[in-house]
Amino acid sequence: MNPEYLLIISLVTIIAILASGSRIAGLLALAGTVVQLVFSAGLLFLYMAERNAGNASLLLFEHTYVWYPDWNITFHSGIDGISLSMILLTSVVLVSGVLVSWKTEYMKKEFFILLLLLGTGAYGFFLSSDLFSLFFFFELAVIPKYLLIAIWGSGRKEYSAMKLALMLMGGSALVLAGILSLYYYSCAAGNPSFDLQQLYTTPVPEQAQLYIFPLLFTGFAVLSALFPLHTWAPDGHSSAPTAASMFLAGISMKLGGYGCIRIAIYLFPAAAAFYSPYIIILACIGILYGAFVTLRQKDIKLMNAYSSVSHCGFVLLGAGMLTNTAMTGAVLQMVSHGIMTALFFGVIGMIYGRTHTRIGEELGGLLKVMPFIGSCFIIAGLTSLGLPGLSGFVAEMTIFVGAFQIGDVFHRIATVSAAMSIVVTAVYILRAIGISLWGPLKNEKFRESGDATWYERAASVILIASIISIGIYPFWMSDIISNTVSVLFTSNPLK
Amino acid sequence: MSNIYDYTCFILLLPLLTFLLPGLFGKKFPRISGILGTTSMLIVTVLAYLTAYHYFITDAPAEGYYWPYGSRWPYLVLAKFTWLRFNAALSLDMGIALDPLSVMMLVVVSTVSLMVHLYSTGYMKGEERYSTYFSFLSLFTFSMLGLVVASNIFQIYIFWELVGVSSFLLIGFYFDKPSAVAAAKKAFIVTRFADLGFLCGILILSFYSGSLDFRVIIERMSSSSSAFYSFAAGASFLGVSALTWALVLIFAGGAGKSAMFPLHIWLPDAMEGPTPVSALIHAATMVVAGVFLVARLFPVFCMSHAAMDVVAYTGAASALIAALIACTQTDIKRVLAYSTMSQIGYMMFSLGISGYGGEKGLGYSAALFHLFTHAMFKALLFLCAGAVIHAVHSNEIKDMGGLKKPMPFTSIAFFFACLAISGIPSLSGFYSKEEILTAAFHRNKIIFCTGLLTAGITSFYMFRLYFSIFWNNKNKSGIKTHMAASITIPLFILTVATIEAGHIPFGKYVSSDGLPLHSDTDIRLSAAAIIISGIGILTAAFLYLKERTLPGRISAKAGIVYRFIAGKLYIDELYLLITKKVVFNLISAPAAWVDRNIVDGGMNLLGAAAENVSETIRPVQSGKIRNYALWFLAGTILISLFLIYVIR
Amino acid sequence: MNEIPLHLVLFVSTTLFFTGAYGFLTRRNMITMLMAIELMLNSVNINFLAFNKYLFPGKAEGVFFTIFIITIAAAEASVAIAIIINLYRKFRTIDAENTDSLKF
Repeated sequence: MNPEYLLIISLVTIIAILASGSRIAGLLALAGTVVQLVFSAGLLFLYMAERNAGNASLLLFEHTYVWYPDWNITFHSGIDGISLSMILLTSVVLVSGVLVSWKTEYMKKEFFILLLLLGTGAYGFFLSSDLFSLFFFFELAVIPKYLLIAIWGSGRKEYSAMKLALMLMGGSALVLAGILSLYYYSCAAGNPSFDLQQLYTTPVPEQAQLYIFPLLFTGFAVLSALFPLHTWAPDGHSSAPTAASMFLAGISMKLGGYGCIRIAIYLFPAAAAFYSPYIIILACIGILYGAFVTLRQKDIKLMNAYSSVSHCGFVLLGAGMLTNTAMTGAVLQMVSHGIMTALFFGVIGMIYGRTHTRIGEELGGLLKVMPFIGSCFIIAGLTSLGLPGLSGFVAEMTIFVGAFQIGDVFHRIATVSAAMSIVVTAVYILRAIGISLWGPLKNEKFRESGDATWYERAASVILIASIISIGIYPFWMSDIISNTVSVLFTSNPLK
Repeated sequence: MSNIYDYTCFILLLPLLTFLLPGLFGKKFPRISGILGTTSMLIVTVLAYLTAYHYFITDAPAEGYYWPYGSRWPYLVLAKFTWLRFNAALSLDMGIALDPLSVMMLVVVSTVSLMVHLYSTGYMKGEERYSTYFSFLSLFTFSMLGLVVASNIFQIYIFWELVGVSSFLLIGFYFDKPSAVAAAKKAFIVTRFADLGFLCGILILSFYSGSLDFRVIIERMSSSSSAFYSFAAGASFLGVSALTWALVLIFAGGAGKSAMFPLHIWLPDAMEGPTPVSALIHAATMVVAGVFLVARLFPVFCMSHAAMDVVAYTGAASALIAALIACTQTDIKRVLAYSTMSQIGYMMFSLGISGYGGEKGLGYSAALFHLFTHAMFKALLFLCAGAVIHAVHSNEIKDMGGLKKPMPFTSIAFFFACLAISGIPSLSGFYSKEEILTAAFHRNKIIFCTGLLTAGITSFYMFRLYFSIFWNNKNKSGIKTHMAASITIPLFILTVATIEAGHIPFGKYVSSDGLPLHSDTDIRLSAAAIIISGIGILTAAFLYLKERTLPGRISAKAGIVYRFIAGKLYIDELYLLITKKVVFNLISAPAAWVDRNIVDGGMNLLGAAAENVSETIRPVQSGKIRNYALWFLAGTILISLFLIYVIR
Repeated sequence: MNEIPLHLVLFVSTTLFFTGAYGFLTRRNMITMLMAIELMLNSVNINFLAFNKYLFPGKAEGVFFTIFIITIAAAEASVAIAIIINLYRKFRTIDAENTDSLKF
């Protein structure tokens, strides 16, 4: 099995769209993403079968292609539990992203090409086990977003797009510096390599670890909306077109979390332990602060954008706790938040498309006129506030339980204060539901707007099904992830 | 041993099915969902009774079988599977656990739920979202049943949240009414806040006991010689032991759900939901979840006197305060809501003063006995109130009066329920309340006096309600009283239950240590309770049997005290002040401002700084070729000098 | 034959170079500036020849370079004049002060 076929499928789809007219662009994009979804589902089954057969190696389906032999740059692909769950997330979000933008009118072809290009970047990022190709795909998953927001966005789109691109590029500059320092030490050890596994065993002096780790961690955490560096998120999300918001919050923010866990903490457990209190403090601030700021938002899209900051704080909190359980929870939170927020943005896009406003108070009573969209909104909201039976609960609880395994007062207080955000989350979610969906119908014009169309229904159903499949029986996913986490974070003798 | 209970799994599966089917396809077949829900509830009830019959009667071996948490374990776990594994020690196993407590709760929940389903088929007829209603009702029943049979503390938490959300959805069922929306939000948020405590309690408890399974937690925590116990009791935070923290926090969750003072503010507002929902969720089942939770962890609670005191005094305070407020309310459902709160207060303090094992454990049995009888008569009261509201189209007492003639059947049912709640002998409430007072008398005199006083006030406000609705000369003519069979049958069954439920030898089946408990009643205590209740009833009769101006004059005399109580002690206003003023305006608004101006401003500042720098060095590129030449020449000379004198 | 010392030759070429540099920096007419550049190039040529003759008499690289430079200078002059003509067409002037749109 070759997981890099995912990349080939994406590229073929992109080329097909390029070659065809814009009338069938949507159809081609849908076909391509559905194939990707089926492929990654197949990957899941093969992965599980392989694990059940007793294959305990960290990466499955490994392939190495030499890219530039002189510097030992390769494309080393392979999947573990974390990347598998991320790939599944990506494919699910992409399909629904294509579906909700079915009726894009302006430059349809280019829109789908850029969206798929983002998808390619994300797949490549998650597949790569070589830092060079990983960085390459990382950039690929950032740049098209600028165009998507600046061309198809709304509001202050150029400003938001520029801010997002600059801040994310700043993050990747840090990452690049980190990667190059690592490469330097691998050269010094006489075995130049960008390969994660080899770098894992490369000796790096303690002092160097203490500066390379923050470079990598901060660089990735910018994408995951680490507290003072989160301001691209609200602007970017609220200006982006629906599908781009879905991708941005659903997948891009996960690239950051994945990088933090799978690269920064994996390579430097000792440095991570050193910096863990700072990470926890920043994550807690981000969680609570994000939640409280969300409380004030009147625009429901902006509300969801800020709530993403709060929810991604949980990813960093789980990562910063450094226990296997919390780390598993962090990955679960990435998956859960990815799907949930995609659904949320999708639904908000549908509402906006009908009512042409996103201010909660101008909506009102929508559940009466669009029951399907309203129900989806409620489901997304309930997932966001962590209702059991939906995916958010599983992730948050795993993080809390994992965080509580450390018995000192600092970690306790951090956990409890993070847990306090679930109350605030309930408040803003219920406010949004109460204001925009319930109550008497505010505007008679909405009555003719009609409920979801087939493609919107399909997009929501796919996302809701994924939320529920994790929420009702989370064991399969948490098992896949925790197995990998426990292999990744056994103590490394060299560091 | 477990084979004969295979059918018990269907108790959970059927409501789940009747939640999903009408929820997904209900729109096409609206009528069917009611019938489907009721039928499946009937099956569930039969299965629950069958389980209880097997568990308590046919399968019950000799004395000592009901030893819930010791070595001889009658605590059956059916259908256990791993739902989520946190780490090697902590895993979340979903299971169906049968012990005296859960079997008793199965009976209560399924009975009341069946009655409410049946009643709703008549009551909700013609609703636009009829099938949604039944779907939500099934969701609630499913979650509540899952809650009571939980074998794992996290499983309880999961179903705890699910009952919370189904309550939220049902309170907000009439979602175009702004008051219903506000009530639903309030209920969810207040209980959510309490659940935060519950969650922290679970985390602490699981950390110290190293398990999430009830059986293991209780085994490890309930003996003072266990290493886990000494670990938890030894660790302390802010001068209080970790065990007490855990238990108090867990109790906070229970107090939120059970509307204990001061987290009760959501319950009266929750009456915005349809009346059958109030009967099911906000009177008989969900609100007693807190009592259930304390009872479930009772052996652990017994290990911490401080936690038990918190439970007892919270319960007693809630009982008294709610009873006082109930006297002043004019909305029939709100009176009943406060009465519910007061009765749950009884159960709570009864648990709080109870000891573990033998005679000392009387409070435990009494609390659960009261839970059982209260579920019956309170459901009856609510369903009667629903019938009345249906007839007069108002919740206000002043719009009622003299309804005894047009609604004789409802009047009689209501009368019996009032007698039961007042603790008049031979009705169910008498026995349970009697036991509670006896237990309190032996263990804590202050709480006993509070309980006694509350008993008097209870009978006063209940009969105030009864007389104002059904007597009180105002003859409301022209009231149509068509009562469908679907409404009268549940009323009839519940009336029978209200009268007869007290004769069940409850202590024999459910007791703190699992051993049958034979309680002796002290005739003097019963006499005191009966006299106090009688005084309450007579006062109510004197004031409200006929239409008089006296009550108005009394309340005017009481002045500020009356207003304070009628204003529900202004607790709502206090909360509003905290949430609106403090959280919203003092935390949230500045945070939003800081985010836009300081944090984001910082980022923009970086951008502006970069722009400034480039603006500053921009003139170097003047476009004037001779400038460039000059720079070039100067550069060349500098580099040459550098090469000559520095590098050499 | 009484040889001229090297430093005198270098003196001439330096004078020539700075004359050119001065001319380049002070003149505004582009043709004059081009002439100044030619002066500087020629001073370089003199340097090359002088060093070749005095320091490495047996070699010919200096002469080669000189010939190269002369060739390049010729090519450069033609390109420069082409540019100047184009500039003149666009701006109607060959004053370097006024043709400053190539900036920022």
